[in-house]
Amino acid sequence: MGEFDQLYREAILDHYKNPRGHGAIADADAHAEGQNPLCGDEVTIYVSFADDGDTIDDVKFEGRGCAISQAATSMLTEMVKGRGAREIAALPKEDLLEEIGIPLTPVRLKCAILGLGVLKVALHRAKGTPLPEEWSTLADELEFDGDG
Amino acid sequence: MAVTAEPKLDSQRIRADFAYLEELRNGKPVAFLDSAASTQKPRQVLDALRDFYEHSYANVHRGVYQLAERATEGYEGAREKVRAFVNAPSTREIVFTRSATESINLVAYAWGLDNLGPGDLVVVTELEHHSNFVPWQYIARRTGAGFRMIPIDDLGELQLDALDVIAREGNVKVVASNLVSNSLGTINPVERLAEWAHEQGGIMVVDGAQTAPHRAVDVQSLGCDFLAFSSHKMCGPSGVGALWGKAELLDAMEPFNLGGHMIRSVRYDDTTWGQLPYKFEAGTQPIAEAYAFGAAIDYVSTIGLEAIEQHEHELVSYAMNRLAEVDGLSVYGPPPERRAGIVSFNLDNVHPHDVSQVLDWENVAIRGGHHCTQPLMKRLGVAATCRASFYVYSIPDEVDRLVDGIVKAKHAFA
Repeated sequence: MGEFDQLYREAILDHYKNPRGHGAIADADAHAEGQNPLCGDEVTIYVSFADDGDTIDDVKFEGRGCAISQAATSMLTEMVKGRGAREIAALPKEDLLEEIGIPLTPVRLKCAILGLGVLKVALHRAKGTPLPEEWSTLADELEFDGDG
Repeated sequence: MAVTAEPKLDSQRIRADFAYLEELRNGKPVAFLDSAASTQKPRQVLDALRDFYEHSYANVHRGVYQLAERATEGYEGAREKVRAFVNAPSTREIVFTRSATESINLVAYAWGLDNLGPGDLVVVTELEHHSNFVPWQYIARRTGAGFRMIPIDDLGELQLDALDVIAREGNVKVVASNLVSNSLGTINPVERLAEWAHEQGGIMVVDGAQTAPHRAVDVQSLGCDFLAFSSHKMCGPSGVGALWGKAELLDAMEPFNLGGHMIRSVRYDDTTWGQLPYKFEAGTQPIAEAYAFGAAIDYVSTIGLEAIEQHEHELVSYAMNRLAEVDGLSVYGPPPERRAGIVSFNLDNVHPHDVSQVLDWENVAIRGGHHCTQPLMKRLGVAATCRASFYVYSIPDEVDRLVDGIVKAKHAFA
């Protein structure tokens, strides 16, 4: 497959076909959902916190859409588990993009960061963590919805 | 008995007119299969554009100097070419706009705001591009008129038996339909819809953006009241489109944009409007682009609209046969004999953007998305489709490369 291997790395296909952290959390402390109207990607994220009220104890997602959106969200759940809500609220998107590791056009970039945006909205609503302007701007293009 | 030779188009010779088709990417040419979104531009049109800017450019209709006259002649000459191209009775009925979208907005606002109200109905189709859907939905809401949609059947063709039901629900004042669906390629029975619209006392507005480049359009035989189309989908520059409308309707309408050039006289206490078509051409128009639109009409007319239609029919038939070989692939829309050179499809369990991405790596450019037809996507039960579309420079080899790329995408995601 050559170029295909190089670009759509095996890891992405693997995460797409076998998503980690897939499912819902029944009594989630936080959840939010979002869509990318362009592709019709949908992601809902559920978070439960540890007793300290900050550490992400468990995180799961449900969704459907293109390989990039679903694989990126799957990778995201592995990245954030066990880390603090405040830390993740400040996580730059570049960290996730580095994990994804393939060049993305602006259109596909929106697919890639949908899950991270949804997670930030969920944390913002549950914990009042800041939602910096770039994510508020993004929220105008993507559609985030959900309560704390 | 006269024998007419089958009109035939030499796509290999035509390809030499398009610089991009000769470019290589990773040693291979790109199969450009997204002409329904916008076409590539031939040298003849680009030369005309450059020549006009270099030797004939000034603002039109104003200057008394020779250059301004030459510019005006070029601009008005293009209007005559547009008129002849759609067989309109008069150049007074040809309005230059920025795009087909602006042409439709012009009608929706300038006709709709004054002629629609509660009890009236605006009727569109489930196949409409947003450009012929959203303006009508909006103007209906603004005026209190009802908004109805003619549904499609499972082959993506209009269900005309719904017309009687719609007619019972109010006064049908506007029927707005495309002649060819940009998503499915369905050729719609616009003559029949125009007849129905007139029986109901309404007007017929046709979005011809996907038709004008691909088959001969005759506004008089279509029987419609307005026709919108654009230059960029038929080898011309972007930024210019046209609206044809019946003179009696255009005359009775209020203006759309207001400002310079569209007036007869301006006084502190009153302003009167200019003659058709200038009443609808406020401000400086895309002058050179309109001129090059005329050059694009010459270009496609020289190839011949019948030959183009035949060429695209052959390609779409071939593409549908080849796509049928791929297991797990669904093609949407009618059979080849009832569609234009557009084919929408999906690969089971693979998002159209992923298919498009793999194809891009294989140097095949198609579109993956909702194609500005979200109501249609909802009807098909999908978020998006893959769409390949053809034009004068498309060749069967590109269809083969499309199918090879799809098979690669299928294996990658299996």
